[in-house]
Amino acid sequence: MTHVLLKDLTRRFDDVIAVDNLNLEIRSGELVAFLGPSGCGKTTTLRMITGLLLPTAGDIQFDGKSVVTVPTEKRGAVMVFQKHLLFPTMNVAKNVGFGLRMAGISKQEIDRRVSEMLELVRLPGFEQRRPHELSGGQQQRIALARALIVSPKVLLLDEPLANLDANLRLEMRELIRTIQRETSTTSIFVTHDQEEAVMLADRIALMFNGVLQQFDQPQAFYQRPHSAQVAHFFRNDNLLDAVRKADHVETAAGTLEISPERVNQPDGDVVLTVRPEDVQLIPQNDTNLVQAKVLTQVYMGTYKQVQLDVLGNTWLAHGPVDFDPEIGATIPIQLPKAHIWLLPHPNGKS
Amino acid sequence: MQARQTTVQRLVRWMAIITIILGVLLPVIPQIIWSFAFRWLFPSLLPSEWSLSSWEYVFSASSRVVEGFSNSMQIAIFVCILSILVGLPAARAIALNNFRGKAVVEWILMVPIIVPGIVSTLGIHQLFIRLGLTNTFIGVSLVHLIPCIPYMVLVMSSVFANYGTELEDTAKTLGAGPVQVFLNVTLPGILPGLMVATMFTFLISWGQYITTVLIGGGTIITLPIVLFPFISGVNYSNAAAISLVFVAPAILVLILISRQLGQDSAVMGGFGRL
Repeated sequence: MTHVLLKDLTRRFDDVIAVDNLNLEIRSGELVAFLGPSGCGKTTTLRMITGLLLPTAGDIQFDGKSVVTVPTEKRGAVMVFQKHLLFPTMNVAKNVGFGLRMAGISKQEIDRRVSEMLELVRLPGFEQRRPHELSGGQQQRIALARALIVSPKVLLLDEPLANLDANLRLEMRELIRTIQRETSTTSIFVTHDQEEAVMLADRIALMFNGVLQQFDQPQAFYQRPHSAQVAHFFRNDNLLDAVRKADHVETAAGTLEISPERVNQPDGDVVLTVRPEDVQLIPQNDTNLVQAKVLTQVYMGTYKQVQLDVLGNTWLAHGPVDFDPEIGATIPIQLPKAHIWLLPHPNGKS
Repeated sequence: MQARQTTVQRLVRWMAIITIILGVLLPVIPQIIWSFAFRWLFPSLLPSEWSLSSWEYVFSASSRVVEGFSNSMQIAIFVCILSILVGLPAARAIALNNFRGKAVVEWILMVPIIVPGIVSTLGIHQLFIRLGLTNTFIGVSLVHLIPCIPYMVLVMSSVFANYGTELEDTAKTLGAGPVQVFLNVTLPGILPGLMVATMFTFLISWGQYITTVLIGGGTIITLPIVLFPFISGVNYSNAAAISLVFVAPAILVLILISRQLGQDSAVMGGFGRL
């Protein structure tokens, strides 16, 4: 139960700025995902929180106290790495009890808490196994038990699901979620997979090139992205230049109605977007219609993905599986008022 | 297909074993026979008269074999300790850090393998005279260190690079201090590699002749120095017995590390860089 604050956190490697002026406030007991493409600074941030890497500038606070000068072994931020999970020379009991042994706790106490922890990660009786006898998922759970046994202030997970196959990912995701709730441990995990972040995290911090783009609840990245780059990372490339005027926008395709209470861009140049699953390929009425040329259509199993040319912009839209437009035909599509979201214009006039 | 492959593998393994027997053990057999021979003239397959006199000679004080063995052993062990103390941190730095001039440092570490020992030792000799290190145990140990360090550093840098830092970092975040991390995580992880590198260091020091002669100046008597006059001498039996005393640790070491040598391990990766 620790409140974590990152304040103007910056890390440079020679001339490269890996993390640039990062400000984040993580609530006590929260599960936060650091999301971004590789090299975006998410792992660097994790290492700075553990103390394995010193920040170039800025501050890290646990419960209001700066921990920048506290060495890793006294900081209580435990990291579970993606590879090299367990100490290969120790059995499971020795691995799980490692932190307590280092703290000089009595053997009986360690044995008792190790078996408790193995219960928690659903691997009771595994004390005497050797790491090489365990499957990838089991190793991951033992690593989790080893981290949790020391009651960490903050639990840090580096790509916790990356090395697991699809079924195991699901199982492991549930386990992490359950244990994290049960122990109320403030946790941060790093991932490059947006689905993983959405399914597991309370809030997501999306980073590109060392800069925080958006720190929000998962659904906000779909419904209220801060920029076209954020929308793109969450698989929405449907963009159209527009000018906002109070309760409507003017575009090359005509005037479209918007919900003023839903959008947050001021009047002026903006970029309009509607997620592929919200575009109506079969208009329900006469409002907000736009002419679009059908480029391709792909059957996706549960829906049909249609690629459209909307005034020179390539859009994607999801339609019912029996929707079968002619390639090259121009069709009217509807951009529902309730799903129109406005992004800042790249020229930055707004 | 699977069966064929294992046949080939078995064949290769047997060829390797036969090569080791032919190359290492076979030359030792005449030595063993010689060491027990009193008279062994040309056409005879085996000596016509047997004797233990060579072995009595080896263990007598006048042969100085026991003294030489003891000195060689002490120097080799001391060199091993020194080369671990110097080589381990260097190997770790080279394996895990990038720093300015790293390539130069790596190149300098290779130099003792390229430059003949006699050349560097002649130069060091002058320096050691001034420092009063000639004819001393420490002086000889230090000069043995020169050909040993490249092996220690290159083997261990490969081991460290393979081992990485994630396990150490994990241990740190779990509350282990620097000493605890080294004793509980690093040392057990690198121990097999360290053993091999130490054995090689031991053997290199054990086999030094020219460096010992130059720096030891006849005061420090090691086993090669005892052995050398016999090689050109006429008493084959005594030479054979002393050779066997000399080669015994090498064969022992080979057996001890054979498991590591046989594997496609990081330890051997270090030798690939030599």
